[in-house]
Amino acid sequence: MVGIKKVEYGKKQVLSTSDAIAYAVRFCEPKVTAVYPITPQTWIAEKITELINNGEMDSELILVESEHSSCSAILGAAATGVRTFSATSSQGLALMNEVLHVLSGMRLPSVFAIASRALSSPINIWADHSDMMNSRDTSWIQLFCESAQEAHDTIIQAYKISEKALLPVFVVVDGYTLSHVYEPVFIETKQKVKSFIGDYKPTHAYLNPKKPMTQGPIGYPSEYMDFKLEQQRAMNKALNVIKETNRKFKIKFGRSYGNGLIDERVRSKRVIIAMGSMCTTLRGLEKKYKKTKYEFSLIKIKSFRPFPKKELLRALSNATDIAVIDRAMSYGNAGPLFIEVSSALGEAGYRKRINNFIVGLGGREARIKDFEFIIKNIGRESYWINVNGGKNISFSAVI
Amino acid sequence: MSKYPVIKKVGNTKEYKTGAWKTIKPVVIPEKCIGCGKCWVFCPENCIYETTKNGKKIFEANLDYCKGCGICAEVCPVKAIIMKEDEE
Repeated sequence: MVGIKKVEYGKKQVLSTSDAIAYAVRFCEPKVTAVYPITPQTWIAEKITELINNGEMDSELILVESEHSSCSAILGAAATGVRTFSATSSQGLALMNEVLHVLSGMRLPSVFAIASRALSSPINIWADHSDMMNSRDTSWIQLFCESAQEAHDTIIQAYKISEKALLPVFVVVDGYTLSHVYEPVFIETKQKVKSFIGDYKPTHAYLNPKKPMTQGPIGYPSEYMDFKLEQQRAMNKALNVIKETNRKFKIKFGRSYGNGLIDERVRSKRVIIAMGSMCTTLRGLEKKYKKTKYEFSLIKIKSFRPFPKKELLRALSNATDIAVIDRAMSYGNAGPLFIEVSSALGEAGYRKRINNFIVGLGGREARIKDFEFIIKNIGRESYWINVNGGKNISFSAVI
Repeated sequence: MSKYPVIKKVGNTKEYKTGAWKTIKPVVIPEKCIGCGKCWVFCPENCIYETTKNGKKIFEANLDYCKGCGICAEVCPVKAIIMKEDEE
């Protein structure tokens, strides 16, 4: 899989999403990379170690003994004021969890690529968003991609966003269903990427013997909460940073992804909200059902954190029926994205018919006929899709 | 207060008096102390310091930072340190 074909820069070619991510990272040149292999992310790490080994990429590679260590190594490196990169999946991301909070709490920029995958138990290596939802409250920016090109471009944007917002960023691709898919990708050139993201100039955290500092000291009850308020301020500001970066990216590279936060292309009274690779399937169906009884429009949430409440509410202002598709479950309640959308609507005082579909957990197939069932049931009952041997089971029947 | 959890001042840990965490405190009996410095070596908080009492070299603990772990009392070869209830 690796190194079969020579990749040409500044040209469109067929590449896997993992390779597309690795080349974007190569152009951004993180000074420190720390990775631990875990399926389905391993391909990204493999490609990066290959690029470093071949002398194509100048980065200090730290091979660690766990994801907790890789995240800790990145934390230390980022604290010295350099660009950093890591990648992981599922249990690896869960193991990183406590250090993720430290990185964002210390307001250190970093970019991690995540090939999202289900969490144990039962052990499962296939795609869903459980690992991302598990790290929802870590104060990391989460950007979900739906194509190899978007993943390539989002890595480039992510460094700019992270260093401006002073928050770390996850660039998320669905494990296998996107990470291992070959697609035509325009691979940029290092020169162009460098001129877009510039050099990283650390503002508050760096290593300079002439200017010693304490990083991450104890926060007493008299201080802790104020730092957390700053974090929320940073997240709110990040909404504009993401939008602005997406706009500048379009000017420089000619590609953009909605407004950077959400992607809506047409407006209809019936709306489906989703994230990740299944948006491409839904976009095809959006065209198919145009001007029919089941006409709907798709809203792709690209930025799950920060959650683009204002933009989403504007997009939903004329909607009457809304379906939210979740590729994860908050057990004991509903899908996490559904909860977010409902709370945004409730807070704004909107009254709409809204329902939830739980789809494709642990790589369970999301077939065209499943999506067609969803399209026909927007705003009605909530369902678990394609379970117990191909059945759709309503939430109220799950007892 | 800074926007970021960073302190750009050298030696700032001195300002955080952590001694209030303890429940028991070491009390040195100057007559017994032989000034060997074993407590100074073993103190994990580095809060034992050298001083003189009646012209004699002895060691005492800085109670602003002492957490009352009792290691100094444990290692003292002449039992010159006793751990007492901290009433503060």
